[in-house]
Amino acid sequence: MSNRLLKFVFSAALGSFAVPAFAALNIFACEPEWGALAHELGGDKVDVYNATNAFQDPHHVQAKPSLLARARNADMVVCTGSQLEIGWLPILLRQTGNPKIQPGKPGYFEASGYVRMLEVPSSVDRSLGDVHPGGNPHIQTDPRNIGMVADAMAKRLAEIDPANRAYYQSNYKSFAGRWQAAIVKWEKEAAPLRGMPIVVHHKAFIYLENWLGLNELAALEPKPGVEPSSGHLSEVLAQLQRQPAKAVIRAAYNDGRGSEWLAERAKIPVVVVPFTVGGSERAKDLFGLFDDTVQRLLSALK
Amino acid sequence: MSFKPKTLAAGIAFALAAPCHAQAADSADLAQIRSEIKQMQQSYEARIASLEARLKQAETDVKQAASQAREAVATAAQPAPARGGDNINAFNPGISLILSGLYSNLSHDPANYQITGFHLPSSVLGDIRPQRGFSLGESELGISANVDQLFYGNLNFAIHPDNTVSTEEAFIQTTALPQGLTLKAGRFFSGIGYLNAQHAHTWDFVDAPLAYQAFLGGQFNNDGVQLRWLAPTDTYLEIGAEAGRGANYPGTGRDKNGAGATALYAHIGGDVGTSNSWLAGLSLLATSPQDRQWDDVDAAGAGVTNGFTGNSKLWIADGVWKWAPNGNAHDTNFKLQGEYLRRVEDGSLVFDTATAATPGTYSATQSGWYVQGVYQFAPYWRAGLRTERLDSGNVDYGVNNANLLRPDYAPVRNAMMVDYNPSEFSRIRLQLAQDKSRQGVSDNQIFLQYQMSLGAHGAHQF
Repeated sequence: MSNRLLKFVFSAALGSFAVPAFAALNIFACEPEWGALAHELGGDKVDVYNATNAFQDPHHVQAKPSLLARARNADMVVCTGSQLEIGWLPILLRQTGNPKIQPGKPGYFEASGYVRMLEVPSSVDRSLGDVHPGGNPHIQTDPRNIGMVADAMAKRLAEIDPANRAYYQSNYKSFAGRWQAAIVKWEKEAAPLRGMPIVVHHKAFIYLENWLGLNELAALEPKPGVEPSSGHLSEVLAQLQRQPAKAVIRAAYNDGRGSEWLAERAKIPVVVVPFTVGGSERAKDLFGLFDDTVQRLLSALK
Repeated sequence: MSFKPKTLAAGIAFALAAPCHAQAADSADLAQIRSEIKQMQQSYEARIASLEARLKQAETDVKQAASQAREAVATAAQPAPARGGDNINAFNPGISLILSGLYSNLSHDPANYQITGFHLPSSVLGDIRPQRGFSLGESELGISANVDQLFYGNLNFAIHPDNTVSTEEAFIQTTALPQGLTLKAGRFFSGIGYLNAQHAHTWDFVDAPLAYQAFLGGQFNNDGVQLRWLAPTDTYLEIGAEAGRGANYPGTGRDKNGAGATALYAHIGGDVGTSNSWLAGLSLLATSPQDRQWDDVDAAGAGVTNGFTGNSKLWIADGVWKWAPNGNAHDTNFKLQGEYLRRVEDGSLVFDTATAATPGTYSATQSGWYVQGVYQFAPYWRAGLRTERLDSGNVDYGVNNANLLRPDYAPVRNAMMVDYNPSEFSRIRLQLAQDKSRQGVSDNQIFLQYQMSLGAHGAHQF
């Protein structure tokens, strides 16, 4: 009896610390889109932990205890890079005591290293706001970027876990095929969006604009990362009188007040795009993310 | 485009104006005028046509330029080889600079500042004593980088208002030890408590809590080694051990083999839902001060200097709770933080080291706590309250009980602050406080402070 009691106490104590499964590769994803991609490519061979959700501003995250604990056990971190996570990832990595995921190791994966970066500043200064020396980090708004990152990530997974190389490769082939078909579909659906004049909250949509041929007239933030001020909003409104836009676009995590204010006065709709996986009901995975993004943009034209 | 309606309007205006003029003139004039009008019409039409053509050309040019620019940006941004090439500065470490300034308005002269019932060496009092008027707050220069594939290095200079510079931290740290282990060596802020390891510019109030001032002289740094272990669990569990010189208060300078200060601590933490995170810890700092001197007033009212030699054990229990809706701290968030410190010291005491030099025993158990809450109620704006109290506890001077006073007094301080953070890199703070650290003195304090961060991006610590 006492043996059973001991067993119970022991397992309860262990359970409270939930020791992670040893079989699967532990992936620590800085943003949900990379977590979703790791899931597509790794299937049941990976255990994905998303460090942030779609309602968090990825610039402003803290190296909180739960993230440290998860990074400690990670075999691989998959992040955007281009200094999007500069405020919290370096300190997180330094404090984990996990050599596998340090920069330069195979377990450290930066998606922005595998795509064409846009808005790479020729010089940087903090008076310009939250600019990123490596270019605009919000690369996930163009599905073609996700396709390129998928290729690199599949190769990296195979490097870290060579035993399952064939598995990752076949998952990648399947994903790449479906993804390519989906891009063709989205581009067809989004044809009416070409040239659509828009206003954005944060300069977070350059890749989306580049993909669909949207025409960004203005941003609500006077400088990247600086909250919309009433003065700047009035200027944008005045600009829209001369140069009308079809919609104001913001990410799920942006505060809605600025865009509502402008939309009401300029008599245009606000389009809240999911921005990443989990940002809306329909954005349950990467496919849903772009299905929903394209549909929401189209609905603004009606 | 928009030219066409204008052309039309001009045409109509012309057509209306022309007959009016014509009625007043004879037929010869009329023919001439007609031919003139025709000429003008033709010339205007030609000019408008040429303008339209030029506009069209300009539009195509702009489109081409834009697409060329886009292509250029795209090509330029190809996964580029690391910039710098043969630049010898390419490996320069990251440099961060904190600039801070303070204006203080105190209702009482801080010259006799002390924390009644707590025996602080004069050098520590000098550090924690507030100053009136304008002063340079603690500005900092930090330099850090990876050393190689095994180590990371960090140096922090603090520039003090009195024009001195001190080395707050200068350490190396491993990055490649397995199993959640990290080894640090050099000078560093001890990992005890919650606030101790954090630099002054990340504090939510202008000054350190009273308990930190009374028991740690503000903040405890040590020359030595630190080993940290992060448990392989989904719940955060960190255990740390330190051994060091222990030259700083509550320890004293020493010239001996071995360690003058040891510390042990454990922290546990996690999330509750997506909106809440917490961290709690228990720490012990053991030092062995040798002849730690402080200035006091004896029972007869005369100034004396006493010295303590013995063991000092400081326990700290700390807890932090943070709330942010959906984990998004950008617009609003709340942070509740509190620590309880309890110090037990025993050993020998020399009363009036300069003249009488009466030896005796010494034992004291003293404690203190603070609780503070900081609420960010809008982007950029935060407000906070802090309340704190010390208990000078039981102090036994042995045979010197007759020579020294044992005031029955509990120092108290309350503070409120509002700060404005126009960006992640700048902060302007107003703090109002009522400080009753000294028996019989209630000091009303007003602080106005700025803290700015330049250079390498600061870390968002929990």
